[in-house]
Amino acid sequence: MAVAASRTRNPVLLALILAVTGFVVAARRSDAPWAHSFTAFLKLGLLVIGVRVVLQALLSTRSQGNTVLFTLPLIPLPGWAAGVKLGGEVTAEALVTALYDGAQLAVMLCCVGAANALASPRRLLKSLPGALYEMGVACVVALTFAPQLVTDGRRVRAARRLRGRTRASFRTTAMPVLEGALDRSVELAAAMDSRGYGRTAQASKVHRRLTALCVLLGLLGMLLGVYALLTDSMAFPLAAGALAAGVLLAVAAMAIGRQRVSRTRYRPDPWALPEWLVVTAGAAAAGAMVFAAVRGVNGLLLAGPLVVPPVPVLPVVGVLVGLVPALAAPPVKKAAA
Amino acid sequence: MIEFDHVTMTYDGAREPALRDVSFTVPEGELALVIGRTGSGKSTLLRAINGLVPHFTGGTLAGRVLVDGRDTREYRPRDLADVVGMVGQDPMAGFVTDTVEDELAYSMESLGVAPDVMRRRVEETLDLLGLADVRDRALTSLSGGQRQRTAIGAALTSHPAILVLDEPTSALDPQAAEEVLAALQRLVHDLGVTVVMAEHRLERVIQYADRVIEVPGRAAAVSTGLPAERMVTAPVAPPVVELGRLAGWSPLPLSVRDARRAAVVLRSELGSTAPARTAAALGAELARCTDLVVGYGAVTALRGVSLSLKAGEIVALMGRNGAGKSTLLNALVGILPARSGSATASGADPRRTKPSDLVKAVGLVPQEPADLLYAATVADECATADSDFGVPAGSCRALLERLAPDVPLDAHPRDLSEGQRLCLALAVVLCGAPPLLLLDEPTRGLDYGAKRRLVAILRELSAAGHAVVLSTHDVEMVAEVATRVMVLADGELVSDGGTAEVIAGSPAFAPQVAKILAPLPFLTVGEVADALDRAS
Repeated sequence: MAVAASRTRNPVLLALILAVTGFVVAARRSDAPWAHSFTAFLKLGLLVIGVRVVLQALLSTRSQGNTVLFTLPLIPLPGWAAGVKLGGEVTAEALVTALYDGAQLAVMLCCVGAANALASPRRLLKSLPGALYEMGVACVVALTFAPQLVTDGRRVRAARRLRGRTRASFRTTAMPVLEGALDRSVELAAAMDSRGYGRTAQASKVHRRLTALCVLLGLLGMLLGVYALLTDSMAFPLAAGALAAGVLLAVAAMAIGRQRVSRTRYRPDPWALPEWLVVTAGAAAAGAMVFAAVRGVNGLLLAGPLVVPPVPVLPVVGVLVGLVPALAAPPVKKAAA
Repeated sequence: MIEFDHVTMTYDGAREPALRDVSFTVPEGELALVIGRTGSGKSTLLRAINGLVPHFTGGTLAGRVLVDGRDTREYRPRDLADVVGMVGQDPMAGFVTDTVEDELAYSMESLGVAPDVMRRRVEETLDLLGLADVRDRALTSLSGGQRQRTAIGAALTSHPAILVLDEPTSALDPQAAEEVLAALQRLVHDLGVTVVMAEHRLERVIQYADRVIEVPGRAAAVSTGLPAERMVTAPVAPPVVELGRLAGWSPLPLSVRDARRAAVVLRSELGSTAPARTAAALGAELARCTDLVVGYGAVTALRGVSLSLKAGEIVALMGRNGAGKSTLLNALVGILPARSGSATASGADPRRTKPSDLVKAVGLVPQEPADLLYAATVADECATADSDFGVPAGSCRALLERLAPDVPLDAHPRDLSEGQRLCLALAVVLCGAPPLLLLDEPTRGLDYGAKRRLVAILRELSAAGHAVVLSTHDVEMVAEVATRVMVLADGELVSDGGTAEVIAGSPAFAPQVAKILAPLPFLTVGEVADALDRAS
């Protein structure tokens, strides 16, 4: 869905995408602590829009339109900042463009938040190939630390009251929280070590290097491919080629890396019809949007900032396909959106 | 099974070794209990068993530790994971996954156990520890006892021959502690697992131990012996042992049941002598709650609690983990808002009072005393507290000197032992001389010596006209110090009355002396000694 959002600036479509993800989250989220991340991302998105609009208002020039809304006092800037204008006239066009740009980013953030809210990072780890396991554990530990930091922060803030202080300072808030986090991570590392984490079978040096090289190149290729596909900065066949090569290399790396991992998996998640449906729905939404963009369907990009946004049919259908996970995903078990 | 051979452990940068010349063996299938004061090196000793010391912590280990024939010099902790199961002090900090079942499977996954074997062992462990009905629950939603049992189960599924536990019951309420100890008992009896456990609450565990390993600390010699022998001379002992010493019973009973059988004569000797209790002199009302309802999120933690606290009282707040004890204390200092009803401290609404005025009316030492401490050294902390509370410089330091004379002033607060840190936080809070003092689980991790000092301090405060409320699971401490006991269950106040009436009658909260001498109304060894003096 984030892919879909990146291809459009049409507010109607953006709002629709947001509504769809919101609905899926509401239908399928659990009570787990990470399930609240959607709201957090939503707030972050609003903040992004706000910052974008305010900055645009402050720095706007007349290049985008002539409908002047109001005039801010012009602040003279020193010579080295020539060309940057602070304050002055604020045009409606500039503001609306900023609003839409901000909205695009915000909706993408919300999609990431939705994925976060629906999929437990630890469950994601379970579906990760063996070779990437250790990297995955590091990511998961890092991810679970964020909510823990929030709880700690709240506790420390409450404790500050008990010392009769009203003002926050770095020393009284961040220090106890960070110290606590450090203590906890050391504790966790000790626990993981004593439970046999990282027992690997013997592997030769060449073997290890080969794996590392493959993983690196593969990731690079994939990154390049995805970036190209999302921004049209490269010809389509080239981008697709880079993506494919990257995927191939990464798969090879995993196959090689797998040989030296001696761990087994407890009750792996079944990968059945509902999972396929969810993945297809997500892919279909993104695909429809990309397809529409490539074919130049009207309405993805607006002609002028102040035009009433048109509603193109194909992308709307594409986005609506994203609703499928809300019904297809198994109710208690969560699926990635 | 476990063999320490002249082990001396020195951490990097430490002037003295944490353990000096330790030699002992623990044979297969025994339950060994490690005792000693806080900060004496118990955790170091436990962690040396699976090689975390020195592989993980760094430092120099001289001598040899043999575990099931393997030398920890050659095997890293992860290579010993199939022999030693380790359960840390805070089970939550050691959890890697997020549901009970996954957590149980985690070590087996790391060890590469075949999927069908894993499946079978998880089911067996769920049944063995009574966790079957919470198998799908998130670890964060479990009660303290369930968490501790999950941590034990997670260590057990890889079928280790040795289980090492660091204070498994210190944070648990009496019922949950019983659950955990019963589970351990089954492991030792039915499966022949060798258990090594450190614990301060001797009254809970001494009766199950086959062997006692005493770590005196300060690099003095570590000694081992049978529990009954060691208890005759041990400087710290649970009430059942102290009562046995007082009455001159031999052999010394270690369990309430044995003591009851030996106590027939003592009971008739005490006859109709009643324990001498002086009622506390009560002063003005310091805090009041009326139909207080407090909740956060979807949880309603307190459902209509009404109470009144008067100067000179020491009130013990008891109840299961999660019964609402901390919530009540937090509401009294205004950290949590009331959904309905009201809470007032010293006549004012704590939510509307400025923090700088509030600390003069009510002080709270939170469950994590470290939350109150910011400075880099103890001396610095005291100076900051003086300026925070607007009291003459040196006041906090003087208070600390009285509470804990042995705290090094140049140490970092986080490097202090649990007991020392509590004393520092207490000194900081007492700086404001609040008439109402609240303590949230102050006895966690305290040894008998520190507890005795805390009791003396609390008595002094109440004599000086303070009201003290402490939430605790420690029934022996309650029997010692409290004048009034309130029991919370599921957010409601279920009993409220004098200490003797509330705890003597309850099977879960009765202290050992009360259980041994029932139906006589004695609660502590001190009362019995006093009554015997008067009777003769």
